[in-house]
Amino acid sequence: MSASGESGTAVSVTGASKQFAPLVALGDRIAAALGGSVERRSVRAVDDVSLEIARGETLGLVGESGCGKSTLGRLVAGILPPSAGTIRICGEPVMSQGRRPRKLTTRVQTIFQDPYASLDPRMRIGTIVAEGPVHHGLVASADAAAYAARWLAKVGLDPDAVPRYPHQFSGGQRQRIAIARALAMQPEVLVCDEPVASLDVSIQAQVLNLLLQLRRELKLTMLFISHHLGVVRHVSDRVAIMYLGRIVEIGPAETVYARPQHPYTQALLASVPQLVLDGDAPGSFRPIAGELPSPLSPPPGCHFHQRCPVALPRCSIESPQLRDAGPGQAAACHLVASR
Amino acid sequence: MTAPVLAVRDLATHFFARAGTVKAVDGVSFDLAAGEILGLVGESGSGKSMTGYSLLGLIDPPGRIVAGSIKLAGQELVGLPQAELRALRGRRMAMVFQDPMTTLNPVLSIAEQIRLAIAAHERVSPAAARARAADVLGRVGIPDAARRLDAFPHQFSGGMRQRVAIAIALLHRPDLIVADEPTTALDVSIQAQIIVEVRALVRDLGTALIWISHDLATVSALAGRIMVMYAGRIVEHGPIGAVLRAPQHPYTQGLLGSLPSRAVPGQDLVQIPGLPPSLAALPAGCAFRPRCERAAPECAAAPDQATSGSRGWRCHRPLGAGAA
Repeated sequence: MSASGESGTAVSVTGASKQFAPLVALGDRIAAALGGSVERRSVRAVDDVSLEIARGETLGLVGESGCGKSTLGRLVAGILPPSAGTIRICGEPVMSQGRRPRKLTTRVQTIFQDPYASLDPRMRIGTIVAEGPVHHGLVASADAAAYAARWLAKVGLDPDAVPRYPHQFSGGQRQRIAIARALAMQPEVLVCDEPVASLDVSIQAQVLNLLLQLRRELKLTMLFISHHLGVVRHVSDRVAIMYLGRIVEIGPAETVYARPQHPYTQALLASVPQLVLDGDAPGSFRPIAGELPSPLSPPPGCHFHQRCPVALPRCSIESPQLRDAGPGQAAACHLVASR
Repeated sequence: MTAPVLAVRDLATHFFARAGTVKAVDGVSFDLAAGEILGLVGESGSGKSMTGYSLLGLIDPPGRIVAGSIKLAGQELVGLPQAELRALRGRRMAMVFQDPMTTLNPVLSIAEQIRLAIAAHERVSPAAARARAADVLGRVGIPDAARRLDAFPHQFSGGMRQRVAIAIALLHRPDLIVADEPTTALDVSIQAQIIVEVRALVRDLGTALIWISHDLATVSALAGRIMVMYAGRIVEHGPIGAVLRAPQHPYTQGLLGSLPSRAVPGQDLVQIPGLPPSLAALPAGCAFRPRCERAAPECAAAPDQATSGSRGWRCHRPLGAGAA
């Protein structure tokens, strides 16, 4: 373990961006080579994001679909290389540089949303869980089955699952298998991308409880991605709110939920129907006006200004930076500074 | 209270699969008044969608409505020939499905899909159909509707597509709309917009609406009454505030307890142990018994419906305190 790995920071993301551009057709490439102008439309899924996650901390990442939260998760997990910026896990880069970047560390592992798609249907559960650890020398192949059984027991599954196949398990059990597979690599950091979104409510609670218990037991650092504000609040120490590729607000979960500073955070929190238990009146909530703009052509300046109830003229020109907005809290809004 | 628009009695829909009979809907009864919104809540496999499909006569073999009665404004629907059901569907009753990507025809413009939906039940000139399409799209909150009539579904966002689907359901001002998880596929902010619009539309048009969802918070924002389904049966029903405040069935209480938004952050959620039972092999007696911490020997017999005022539940050992 390197010296910097001993420090308090488990994940550090510095100026990370990720652009996706369509493949350029041959004709366009020829035209470009001959000096013609060819339009290339690219999506900036993640746009100059910096953040840190301390050891043992859980950062919740919230946003609507298309805001780039999953892409940011994949950058942190070393599944995608960033277009710019660096991502370090325990002080070490997640991916190598160059034309064909490779993941360099096993200290970060991922749990995906859909346990029907993330487990190979032709592999036995034992192989699914032990494949990575055997490949990386964490366990000898002779001990693989026992090792897998141990991790399956840890996630609340019977060790006799080892020789069985994914189709023999329900959604909740499959997600437990996916958790066992990630943890069998003995990571420091776990990226959870909507880990309970595809599960029924009663099963969601079981899986969330399991994640909370394993986090305590194994002192895991987590990046917890979800569109569900209630779930994120429940598991997170800090939360970051994303909108069209940028983090618009970040801070301690309790503070952000109680005193949101960015107008988008405020609107997002107000738009969720609350379960009301007093009186027979329906729950109070207020929808956000308008639709999410296309990430292909985000509005200039602050991406939220068109839907923002308090936008100023400068909001459509100048894009705001994250600024301090209270203890540990920061928001990217021009109005925050003038408060 | 006026006579119910919809009266369902002892509805049973079974699927006759090779592995055995699946009792997807197993003795469901309820009434629904005009302008009323009923939330039908349950987990996957609880039979909530199949209840909705049964109402519209959309059950395909090997499934079949094996017993019970569905009366829409006094007319019996069970046993009606397909042709007569077709004449009712879209006109007197309509459905909104979960996934707006697959409910609209990708190769027809929005105007054409709406024209076809009108022409299915009445003669209409192209110009009149267009005008009606623009009107109904405006009603569901599509801005600049007249100009977007010639757009195709792929040019609309998910939220806009679901609005089009709702607009088509509203075309003939049906007595009943069944909406099956209509906002589940949408983002939080769009979901809120649609709920607000649907609430206003139901109020204006007096349509009865059944909103099928697994999300208690969404249902509580919209519905006046709630029915909780488990393993093909309604285990609890009543006015939404009363049911959520003081649930009588342990399953309803378990669902409420497992919501993260109601728990202290970081602390374990109250979880319902175990898995929902397979509908092909239901436990005898109360189907929730194997997962219920209040289960007692008497639960080995199926509980009858208990009623108290406007509320009802199927449980031998209801939670009691605070019951109406």
